[in-house]
Amino acid sequence: MKRHALSTRIWHWVNVVVVVILFMSGLAISNAHPWLYWGDWGFAPEDAWLAVPRFPDWMTIPGYYSLALARDWHILAAWPFALMLLFVWVVMLMNRHFGRDLATSPREWRPSALWADIKAHARLDFDHDEGKYNFLQKLSYGIVYGVLLPIMVFTGIAISPGMEPSFGWLVELLGGRQSARSLHFIFAFTLLGFFIVHVLLVALTGPVRQIRQMITGGAGDAA
Amino acid sequence: MRRRGFLAALGAAFVTGCNRVAESDAGAKLLGAAESWHKRAHRLLTDRKALAPEYPRSAISPYFRGNGSVDPQNGDYQAQAAAGFADWRLEVRGLVESPLSLSLENIRKLPQRTQVTRHDCVEGWSAIGEWTGPQLSIVLDAAGLRPEAKFIVFRCADNLNGEEYYESIDLLDAYHPQTIVAHLLNGEPLPVRNGAPLRMRIERQLGYKHAKYLTAIEAVDSLEDIGRGQGGYWEDRGYQWYAGI
Repeated sequence: MKRHALSTRIWHWVNVVVVVILFMSGLAISNAHPWLYWGDWGFAPEDAWLAVPRFPDWMTIPGYYSLALARDWHILAAWPFALMLLFVWVVMLMNRHFGRDLATSPREWRPSALWADIKAHARLDFDHDEGKYNFLQKLSYGIVYGVLLPIMVFTGIAISPGMEPSFGWLVELLGGRQSARSLHFIFAFTLLGFFIVHVLLVALTGPVRQIRQMITGGAGDAA
Repeated sequence: MRRRGFLAALGAAFVTGCNRVAESDAGAKLLGAAESWHKRAHRLLTDRKALAPEYPRSAISPYFRGNGSVDPQNGDYQAQAAAGFADWRLEVRGLVESPLSLSLENIRKLPQRTQVTRHDCVEGWSAIGEWTGPQLSIVLDAAGLRPEAKFIVFRCADNLNGEEYYESIDLLDAYHPQTIVAHLLNGEPLPVRNGAPLRMRIERQLGYKHAKYLTAIEAVDSLEDIGRGQGGYWEDRGYQWYAGI
């Protein structure tokens, strides 16, 4: 097992804090108008495709209803989130972490290989492939790095009215501002899904060793 | 159930930590700084005259929601409304060469701009409407802005929760082509809920900047001595002064 690069480790832990702040302040912002719409406009519950439940105070930042302060936290955390994502992508491409450990090969996409991987996963056997990660792990990390995290940045930009004069094409691409807002919400919960599975799998497969590796890099580790 | 209790405790502990940070001086400064980084980034990436999207008339939403004050009860607003706002005046004052007092008739006679734009409330909803009125730049140039002027303050007839509503923008937004003093919505005089008889449109920012029930436009060099000093009714209650985020 290769060590986690310092850049990966720093990004990982900064990102944990920042994503938790973004998610919890995001839930507070959702409470201000808990209805989601498609298209350019939407303001009434009867036009909504989803009435979002009210999130209790212990899930939100701040821990009481304040849209103003929730927005303060959200737009502060947006900076390290976006800049660190850019940083980790640049480093990942430069130090070949992406090409070596995360890029998949056509061979891995074959149904038989895929099925074997799924079966191994179900047995919680994750060291059955050459390289650092097996196919399903590569695919999940690839989707998180390449799709879910960036789309949070882009849908966030799309719902900022001050950005729209320059990024009108992005709002149009996403199907209008209210669609962008809905997608921002949907992908936030998709990331929560990844987060839960990620933490669960770490907890089931040597949590102490894996957390230590993500802190120290894994030096002196026999595994 | 125990696991849920643990998660709630963890969440509450994190929230408490965040609140401590927000309440500290350094934390409050950091949260305020993030707002100005966004403003700078937006202005770096966007031409000062770049327009917010304008839609065809067919995109207008079937209703234009009102928020905040929707039927002011203070002062003589109700009497003015009953009289069709015949005696409504818009003052232009402060750091200007020649203060003005404009009637609605004066305002309707100025060159007009009509724009179908989307209104985004800070809460998250959006509505689309067609607005008509003179550009603020025309009004300011008619009064002659003095060089010390840095901000334009909008005074409003409505009280919200017992306090006067007001708003402010800088000169960059004041001179933006889509910043207009609107008196028509979808070709009709403004409904009371949307700010009759006059409201601001500041299309690159959120709804709370678009002051309704407009009574005066004031040029100032500082926002410190107005209201609680944060530049607007909602800003005085913690909301971002730069509402383009």
